[in-house]
Amino acid sequence: MEFSRRDTLALGLGVAVATVIPFRAFAAADEAIAAFTGGADVGAGGITLTAPEIAENGNTVPIAVSAPGAATIMVFASGNPTPGVVTFNFGALAGDQSASTRIRLAGTQDVIAVAKMADGSFVQASSTVKVTIGGCGG
Amino acid sequence: MASGVKPRVKAPKTAAAGETVTIKTLISHKMESGQRKDGDGNPIPRSIINRFTCDFNGQNVIDVTLEAAISTNPYFQFDAVIPDAGDMVFTWYDDDGSVYDTTKSIAIG
Repeated sequence: MEFSRRDTLALGLGVAVATVIPFRAFAAADEAIAAFTGGADVGAGGITLTAPEIAENGNTVPIAVSAPGAATIMVFASGNPTPGVVTFNFGALAGDQSASTRIRLAGTQDVIAVAKMADGSFVQASSTVKVTIGGCGG
Repeated sequence: MASGVKPRVKAPKTAAAGETVTIKTLISHKMESGQRKDGDGNPIPRSIINRFTCDFNGQNVIDVTLEAAISTNPYFQFDAVIPDAGDMVFTWYDDDGSVYDTTKSIAIG
């Protein structure tokens, strides 16, 4: 099979798109975090994200977040088709600022929790989860 | 998706005034993410529960926004302060407009 000039250009374009797409997925998580924080600086400490190191089944990965003094905790999955996972808003009668749930992960990736503190500052924690079987169907 | 949705809540029947109690909730729901395809390759439309709230005597305990990345049969565990006796109301909001709720009474004792 011979490559014409047109084929070669199309092939090159395809490769370029294929390389750009994974970066775009990570950028989506960064954009989602920026939308939540409004571009404010995000510190570290004061927030705990508990997630398994290895999850055999990406369809149900148990996670727990805890951030004393937080008003809102948002969880992001950087490698999912849509980065947003869950948002916890704590009300007046919340016993403490922690919650746990079960989430879906498409593959091995970083899970990021960002907390908005009562004083308006932001802190984040992240955890890498290895996923054996992805949880997004196919 | 309004068939077979059954909310389940585990909360203590009694608590000391001002005590912090742990609440566990589970609701059966398939949480179709919108990412999956059926046998013919057509995408299955998204159908999830997008919001969950818990209130005690009209005061909010937690308000959760759910995305498609929450697993089938959404489960939540959190803590609530019980200032006095009353009703704890749990509400789930479906994409299709359905609202599922359940109430647990907590006494002081």
